[in-house]
Amino acid sequence: MNALLEAQSVGHSYAGGQLGCEDVSFRLYPGEVLGVVGESGSGKSTLLGCLSGMIEPSQGSVRFDAGGQGLRDVFSLSEPERRLLMRTDWGIVRQNPRDGLRMNVSAGGNVGERLMAVGARNYTEIRGEALDWLTRVEIPSGRIDDLPRTFSGGMQQRVQIARILVSKPRLVFMDEPTGGLDVSVQARLLDLLRGLVRDLGVAAVVVTHDLAVVRLLSDRLMVMRQGRVVESGLTDQVLDDPQHPYSQLLVSSVLQA
Amino acid sequence: MYVATKGGESAIEATHELIAEERRGDTTVPELGTDQVRNQLGRAVDRVMTEGSLYDPDLASLAIKQAQGDMVEAIFLLRAFRTTLPRFGAAEPLDTSKMIIRRRISAAFKDIPGGQILGPTYDYTHRLLDFDLVKEGANATSAPEATATEQTMPRVTDILGAEGLMQAENREEIESEPFDLGRQPMSFPANRDQRLQNLFRGDEGFVLALGYATQRGYGRNHPFVGEIRMGFVEVEFTPPELGFTISIGEIEVTECQMINQFTGTKDIQPMFTRGYGLAFGQSERKTMAMALVDRALKASELGEDRDHPPQDEEFVLAHSDNVEAAGFVSHLKLPHYVDFQSELSLLRGLREDALTTQDKEAAE
Amino acid sequence: MNSRAYHSVDGTYNFAYLDEQTKRMIRRTLLKAIAVPGYQVPFGGREMPMAYGWGTGGIQITASIIGRDDTLKVIDQGADDTTNAVSIRRFFRRVAGVQTTEETSKATLIQTRHRIPEKQLTEKQILVYQVPQPEPLWKLEPREVETRKLHAYSEYGLMHVKLYEDISRHGEIITTYDYPVEVNARHIMSPSPIPKFDNPKMAMMPALQLFGAGREKRIYAIPPYTRVRSLDFDDHPFKPQRFDKPCALCGAEEVFLDEVILDDKGDHMFVCSDSDHCRERRAAGHTGSRASDAADMGFVPTEGLN
Repeated sequence: MNALLEAQSVGHSYAGGQLGCEDVSFRLYPGEVLGVVGESGSGKSTLLGCLSGMIEPSQGSVRFDAGGQGLRDVFSLSEPERRLLMRTDWGIVRQNPRDGLRMNVSAGGNVGERLMAVGARNYTEIRGEALDWLTRVEIPSGRIDDLPRTFSGGMQQRVQIARILVSKPRLVFMDEPTGGLDVSVQARLLDLLRGLVRDLGVAAVVVTHDLAVVRLLSDRLMVMRQGRVVESGLTDQVLDDPQHPYSQLLVSSVLQA
Repeated sequence: MYVATKGGESAIEATHELIAEERRGDTTVPELGTDQVRNQLGRAVDRVMTEGSLYDPDLASLAIKQAQGDMVEAIFLLRAFRTTLPRFGAAEPLDTSKMIIRRRISAAFKDIPGGQILGPTYDYTHRLLDFDLVKEGANATSAPEATATEQTMPRVTDILGAEGLMQAENREEIESEPFDLGRQPMSFPANRDQRLQNLFRGDEGFVLALGYATQRGYGRNHPFVGEIRMGFVEVEFTPPELGFTISIGEIEVTECQMINQFTGTKDIQPMFTRGYGLAFGQSERKTMAMALVDRALKASELGEDRDHPPQDEEFVLAHSDNVEAAGFVSHLKLPHYVDFQSELSLLRGLREDALTTQDKEAAE
Repeated sequence: MNSRAYHSVDGTYNFAYLDEQTKRMIRRTLLKAIAVPGYQVPFGGREMPMAYGWGTGGIQITASIIGRDDTLKVIDQGADDTTNAVSIRRFFRRVAGVQTTEETSKATLIQTRHRIPEKQLTEKQILVYQVPQPEPLWKLEPREVETRKLHAYSEYGLMHVKLYEDISRHGEIITTYDYPVEVNARHIMSPSPIPKFDNPKMAMMPALQLFGAGREKRIYAIPPYTRVRSLDFDDHPFKPQRFDKPCALCGAEEVFLDEVILDDKGDHMFVCSDSDHCRERRAAGHTGSRASDAADMGFVPTEGLN
């Protein structure tokens, strides 16, 4: 099987000289979920930026198998190709759903946008599919015409997820998907995400500081500290038997619920 | 009783006559001469020249008189006149280091080569209305001989630059053909030349407000006045027929260089950054505000987040031109009844539909 | 308007006010625009003696293409005698000395604000539209850096989101003027604030259609006989606007009507927005339900409008 996403020595520093991330390499296969954990300042957000085509890495490369035709450097794609990719094959679930939604467009419009972006021109069909997806993320159908600002944080997050999944992407990036939500809401969202990811066979890269999130969602795990990957492996292995002192610290400092 | 609006032509004629009458005002009062405007309302003339984007104090004075002191209207008059002028070439860049200085100050240093020269300024006046000015002839005093000096005064920012402390301007941008806002439409992302030209002719109030905003936290950049200098500079031109450069006259300008927060990268040493302001005549407030906004707009080049309106290039540059702004705002006075009719029909239709639905629901 | 205002320092302006270099620049822009129907071409627009927002784009186009033998008609809201139309017509009479007319059939060049004449135009005519905001996506995306890409990459999903929202909220698309169109199956364009009633006229029009936005400095065009489609959904097709009554003065049907309020008791009547169309019909003997009142009301066309 061919890899879906490949990072080779990806690194990036900012204009002011601060190090973002350094020398990160991995391969992600279809349907696989990779977790990236670290505290703030660990470089995980920079890495996410580089992987998702938002930041061009100062070192290394990110390659993606768009359209099953082999790995291609994401930044060698032309701008229209990259933009199309980010609207169809890829999705980015942002920490703050307000950054990933059009707040002045209804839930239905938000979810239908990706369909309309690739040429869907039948209102009833678009609305039908939007309704279908909103149901799948457990949003009551009566709220399809409501604006996101009338939704709770957890619901907004679910609309964001529906908005991305409607185009049946093969790869989804998640940036602290449960950040800012109540513990009980988090649990429900994670359950939903896990189910959807499994059912749709979506590959994902989940960036978070929360070990519970990666425990539940990811197959494999990378631990980051000060811009570098200090440990990686199967999630259960890393969490149950961390080798690197920092990983051990991270795991042991999580309050056992 | 319906009276159709016909005879628009004669209405327009009449309104022009009315304006002319109002402009003249009370005929027992002496008529305002454009030379009086030029000589005694110099700061108004400076603003109209700067924002009108044309250095001609006599024309600016005429525009001010014609517009009855409405500055934005006067600026419009000057810009429209500018359109009719043939363009026969571009001058050499002004060399403000050779300025014949009338005023020159620096806040960054106590003393500077050439000294601090106060010159004509309102800065230290007490803002008390001087009723002596109501009568003419009251101000017959003469000031001490204010000589503009030819003594060389190196620019403070050049001194810092020589020490390597001041960020150098982008050599590539300097050597390429500059953008010409008078001939080309704006285009984004904008380079520095386009930004500076836009701010130069931008509305003083707008640029001032944005500059003020940066000081209050909307895109702070820790500014110091490195230098403000005001005086006369030569305008030089190289006619193709001659092949060498000649001086075609001199103009009065104000230049402000702000020294801003230092920055540095992995490969480059930390150094001060610059904000630049320039205007015709004695226009300090404008040049200072312009320098603040110039620096704010450099945000992305300097790796800073662009979180605030003064740093938002499209927002700042698209709304700074008061001729455009005034035109578009006032165009709302034009008839819009066709579109309004459409909206009216729609609204009536929607309300009818709503009533029908209500009736249907009530019946069920 | 005092003629002094139009004289340059030495007393003369170039024909049609603009210098030849500027006209050339604008004509080149027009050619680009015609070559890519519906695409907004940036141009180095100049300050004109009228304010931005008051027709400077249309005026610059007209000034660049008008010739001594042209006959110019200028309308605003469909009528020749609205103050700004009068003002613009006078301007061209002064700086170009051309023949002007109110009769659509006699005009070779028609500059318009917010309406398309009811009478079908011919291959020998050019229609110049005054455009306040050329970018159809501006309400959804104010940044030009982004809208330029959307047009370049044909990323028009956002436009349809807006239409979707209208239908979900009101059951129909509620844009009544400046209704976006797709030109030549490629670019989405703002037709200027003409009522959607006029949209169908743009399709396959024999005349050349030119659009000028002076303040925003964009020019675009629809060549003659070009496909123009008003945006819609397959199952919510574009619904042309209908008036359920004829003109009260000339009886014309299927024309755009202006509502005229007659007194403070709610009496109103609907009359042709296209003043020349109405005049022509009445001259040919057609009448409407309030035609007899019209004479009493003094609503009779007077001379001296040129």
